[in-house]
Amino acid sequence: MMSLSAMCLGLFVNPPLSPQYTLWNFLPKNLFEQFRRIANFYFLIIFLVQVIVDTPTSPVTSGLPLFFVITVTAIKQGYEDWLRHRADNEVNKSNVFVVENAKQVRKESEKIKVGDIVEVKADETFPCDLIFLASSSTDGTCYVTTASLDGESNFKTHYAVRDTTVLCTDEAIDTLTATIELCPSCTLSLGPENLLLKGATLKNTKKIYGVAVYTGMETKMALNYQGKSQKRSAVEKSINAFLIVYLCILLGKATVCTTLKYVWQSNPFNDEPWYNEKTKKERETFKVLRMFTDFLSFMVLFNFIIPVSMYVTVEMQKFLGSFFISWDKEMFDEEIQEGALVNTSDLNEELGQVSTGCVCICLDGDVDGSALPARSPCSGIPHAPLGPDREELFLRALCLCHTVQIKEADQVDGLMAHPERKYTYISSSPDEIALVKGAEKYGFTFLGLENNFMKIRNQKNETEMYQLLHVLNFDPVRRRMSVIVRTSTGKLLLFCKGADSSIFPRVQQEEIQQTKVHVDRNAMDGYRTLCVAFKELTEKEYDRIDRQLNEAKMALQDREEKMAKVFDDTEADMHLIGATAVEDRLQEQLAETIEALHAAGMKVWVLTGDKMETAKSTCYACRLFQTSTELLELTARTVGESERKEDRLHELLLEYHKKSWTLSQEYGLIIDGSTLSLILNPSQDSGSSNYKSIFLQICLKCTAVLCCRMAPLQKAQIVRMVKNTKGSPITLSIGDGANDVSMILEAHVGIGIKGKEGRQASRNSDYAVPKFKHLRKLLLAHGHLYYVRIAHLVQYFFYKNLCFILPQFLYQFFCGFSQQPLYDAAYLTMYNICFTSLPILAYSLLEQHISIDTLTSDPQLYMKVSDNAMLQWRPFLYWTFLGAFEGLVFFFGVYFLFQNSSLEDNGKVFGNWTFGTIVFTVLVFTVTLKLALDTRFWTWMNHFVIWGSLAFYVFFSFFWGGVIWPFLKQQRMYFVFAHMLTSVSTWLAIILLIFISLFPEILLIVLKNIKEKNHQRLPSSGTSTIFMLSQTSSNHSFSWSE
Amino acid sequence: IKPSSPCNKCLNVSWDSTPPCTCTINFTLEHSFESNVFMYYGLSNFYQNHRRYVKSRDDSQLNGDNSSLLNPSKECEPYRTNEDKPIAPCGAIANSMFNDTLELYRIDNDTRTPITLIKKGIAWWTDKNVKFRNPTGDGNNLTALFQGTTKPVNWPKPVYMLDSEPDNNGFINEDFIVWMRTAALPTFRKLYRLIERKNNFQPTLQAGKYSLDIAYNYPVHSFDGRKRMILSTISWMGGKNPFLGIAYITVGSICFFLGVVLLFIHHKYGNRNTSADIPN
Repeated sequence: MMSLSAMCLGLFVNPPLSPQYTLWNFLPKNLFEQFRRIANFYFLIIFLVQVIVDTPTSPVTSGLPLFFVITVTAIKQGYEDWLRHRADNEVNKSNVFVVENAKQVRKESEKIKVGDIVEVKADETFPCDLIFLASSSTDGTCYVTTASLDGESNFKTHYAVRDTTVLCTDEAIDTLTATIELCPSCTLSLGPENLLLKGATLKNTKKIYGVAVYTGMETKMALNYQGKSQKRSAVEKSINAFLIVYLCILLGKATVCTTLKYVWQSNPFNDEPWYNEKTKKERETFKVLRMFTDFLSFMVLFNFIIPVSMYVTVEMQKFLGSFFISWDKEMFDEEIQEGALVNTSDLNEELGQVSTGCVCICLDGDVDGSALPARSPCSGIPHAPLGPDREELFLRALCLCHTVQIKEADQVDGLMAHPERKYTYISSSPDEIALVKGAEKYGFTFLGLENNFMKIRNQKNETEMYQLLHVLNFDPVRRRMSVIVRTSTGKLLLFCKGADSSIFPRVQQEEIQQTKVHVDRNAMDGYRTLCVAFKELTEKEYDRIDRQLNEAKMALQDREEKMAKVFDDTEADMHLIGATAVEDRLQEQLAETIEALHAAGMKVWVLTGDKMETAKSTCYACRLFQTSTELLELTARTVGESERKEDRLHELLLEYHKKSWTLSQEYGLIIDGSTLSLILNPSQDSGSSNYKSIFLQICLKCTAVLCCRMAPLQKAQIVRMVKNTKGSPITLSIGDGANDVSMILEAHVGIGIKGKEGRQASRNSDYAVPKFKHLRKLLLAHGHLYYVRIAHLVQYFFYKNLCFILPQFLYQFFCGFSQQPLYDAAYLTMYNICFTSLPILAYSLLEQHISIDTLTSDPQLYMKVSDNAMLQWRPFLYWTFLGAFEGLVFFFGVYFLFQNSSLEDNGKVFGNWTFGTIVFTVLVFTVTLKLALDTRFWTWMNHFVIWGSLAFYVFFSFFWGGVIWPFLKQQRMYFVFAHMLTSVSTWLAIILLIFISLFPEILLIVLKNIKEKNHQRLPSSGTSTIFMLSQTSSNHSFSWSE
Repeated sequence: IKPSSPCNKCLNVSWDSTPPCTCTINFTLEHSFESNVFMYYGLSNFYQNHRRYVKSRDDSQLNGDNSSLLNPSKECEPYRTNEDKPIAPCGAIANSMFNDTLELYRIDNDTRTPITLIKKGIAWWTDKNVKFRNPTGDGNNLTALFQGTTKPVNWPKPVYMLDSEPDNNGFINEDFIVWMRTAALPTFRKLYRLIERKNNFQPTLQAGKYSLDIAYNYPVHSFDGRKRMILSTISWMGGKNPFLGIAYITVGSICFFLGVVLLFIHHKYGNRNTSADIPN
């Protein structure tokens, strides 16, 4: 209970929630965020060093790429944030009517203050938490659906505060002057039925007035929300690890060079020969300072080993790559005319990594809810034992015994399952809708409930009216529900429907036999069966029941027990009239998708707010639990309600823990919210952390875990718990309602289903898909491909920069450790931004090493990339060695070529810049061709960028060397490239060196082909030669990404 | 061909020793050189690729820019100015230009016939004609054009007195241009002179005895360096270079070997496949 006095009076406005930046703080905040990345910060340092210290390369060489990187990233992040702003504005800037001075004032919803009186019209969403003051209906009630909050789509009735219900016009409401008094004597008691939560929607009520009590971050919805934190993918962590390795290599190189430089210089004629004297300044600086600047200079010289543009390429790849998801035609849903949506592009590759972790599916609400239209009752009219009269009675029973509500279709957007009909049925239980629809098919249409009269149109198109007297609600213990109606002729009827086990004992025994056969057969076929029974009540009986029921309802203590007792008494001695069977048709391909996820090595957890029974049957239906699965239950039922439940729970945990876990047997765990909170938030310090870990161990051993009756925050708690287990598995959450938002935010990858229950989930998710089945393609194909692409991208980047900078390092040994750059400054700058960036970008966008169809159909393939397989140390070492090998080949190849530097046919001599240019040419061609060798999926774009960048390199070199650039201090490259190409020897050397560098790669491909053929034709037992061959090849390719 | 004994006396020469220390080296050519012969000088342990050295030049000065002529780039330090006068050409590279004079004689029955050494056509055409230019001004008098500058410290003569021919003097002196193209490695050679073949009936250099007169000005002993003179003919592939041949042969044979191995394997495994098919 909450009292007015407890209300906070601060003038909280309704602030926007999700975006990170505003227009004003964008620049500083974004820059700060960006420089928090190791690489960016590192380049900033390098840049500053270049500005301050006299270094071999000009500050432009690292400043320009850095600027480029920062700009591109900022643009990308700005764009994404702008999208978020736009989405938020839709909500926060939506107009709300606030009553001020007896007038309606239009306000943006973010400006609502606590204490404002807000007017909400039908089908509008409450902009903040409201205390319900008055409604258009005089009785002070309104109907509300909380579908977007908890996934329950039925209407709930809320009541206005008693004293204010009469104020139902603007003028009247303005007369209300509420004084909030703090004295306990005059507090007015308000219950949850007076509170209208933000996010819920007003239904079937014209308008209501409410006073805002909580706004913005204070609302219940926002409290259940969790802050949006930056999600970082595992790949990024690997990148950082590799970065540190390369940083070490860099530091090592710089240290080695500095040391050797001073060793070398200890010889005075090396330090300062007569032809190369130092400047006065150089001579005067302290040795320590000189050593330090030398060290920094070497750092600057070798800094390109850390790929400056890798981050920007990764960003671009992710950003552009995410379009492929939203463009995917297979993920386009005809029904809502929308495809997949990508909110964060940072996690594309993470989709390929989920295998290690758990998929937390929220199956409630939409997943089976949107299955409603499809869930057709193959309705069980099989049994109508007593002729047509009985059959009609059966159908009437179906029409009457339910809690279905009617929703006018013209107000409905996503639900237009039967456009020819003017209304849709809404109920908390999809089964009931199915049954009502089934009855309709046989001629009995439920037309709705008006003033407690249920209207039915029968087969002869006449309307029958039944007065609804009582609804004996469904509960999981009784597993049945009843209604008591009065027919137009005054007869009192009780209809009851429920599970066969709970109906059969309550009906005349002789009626059972035949029905039982049907029920059993239907149950075997996988239908959900219900039995329907009825009994006629006399007025006297009814009076008694009525009285008892009212008494029980009024009871203040043990109300539930008393109710149950009355129910029990009432629902007895009935006549069985039939059985129904509902085919549980879940969302398309739900079961297949879950099976595929299982096969791909993922653990599937189902977190749902549903009742355990519903959830369990859903799990069976979607083949999460097989019939052979042994179920371990940790629910209120097994734990019990007693005070010792904690102990009992611990006993159970230990018992399950000690179970002999055999591999052949599959286990499924069911746990409900209250039990979970016992485990997670134990009352005392009873060594509970121990039990928590036991619980986790049990969970991880189970193939499937079902958590029902979860609060939104509990869902997030579970995700966090799984996330933090050993090996930190990558988790994915998928859900569709606002109640899944915190879970979606918590998981590594959050996926929203664009359900009908509002957009909260898809807005806060990282990805949103129209249907659950799209998850399969999203993970198995897109995720896999993105992972492979980005892994290759990362490795390739490190590789190409290693073989870029290694010759430069080796050159120091031949130039007296003087930090003389091997390549021209333009080449140093352009290498990563122009010459070699586009091919890898195109590759990382388009590569399909295995076709999408194969990936989707064979979930096993997904396991191959699990555990970040392509970014482990072994592949990294492979690439590093490859880079080192190629660097050595480049440098020493040209070194030996330059033993005689007169390489032209007119005897003229090449200098150091030609040396560098030859190395660079070989380098550019090799790394580009290496990529071409790796490409399995050629599109015109790959061809274009690969050959295009080579052509561009050649063109640029001619151009760069063809002009005396007035802004350059030194015209080092003047005609160097052109001269280089006039020499036949250079041509031969370049071709040779490219070939040698690519030779291991070519050899590998050949060997792999042989191996593959070998595997194809000789399945297992290769004889000695071939076996050895496959061994050698695997030796070479020990880390080859297959 | 290395200077060993005869020039030892000159080891300790310094820049301003006048008259220059001269020495003569006699050598014998075993084979005659049929086509054009290229004469190189080689230096070893000379770090022309040292960073301080490489950047110590002013390309705009060398390109004939008048303002740079009188105000050379800071990169030229400490060879930028001498006695408050700007050095032309400034910088360490120019300052240390190779200044030995080599003369080649053919010894035929004790008579020394000088061999004509052509000093033009040894630099890149683009360097000579575009990259290097004398300063512009009225008249072609280089002495006047270089007014206000001083010679590099180590040079005996100013830059406008490098050669008598006007199109090979000043910054466009080809010896100078060749020197200014810094070598890639500490042991290097640079083209010094050309010996052109005179007619088709006589080899350019017949086999026999020759002598090389050296005006030894360039000290290399202080940095443990060595000088060489190389006579070489040039094929279409450039100078003699064993590397490419060896590398190509090696790689070729490896490929061939691997090809054979793979072919063998392929052949064998193809056989096995068919034999495996038979029982089925």
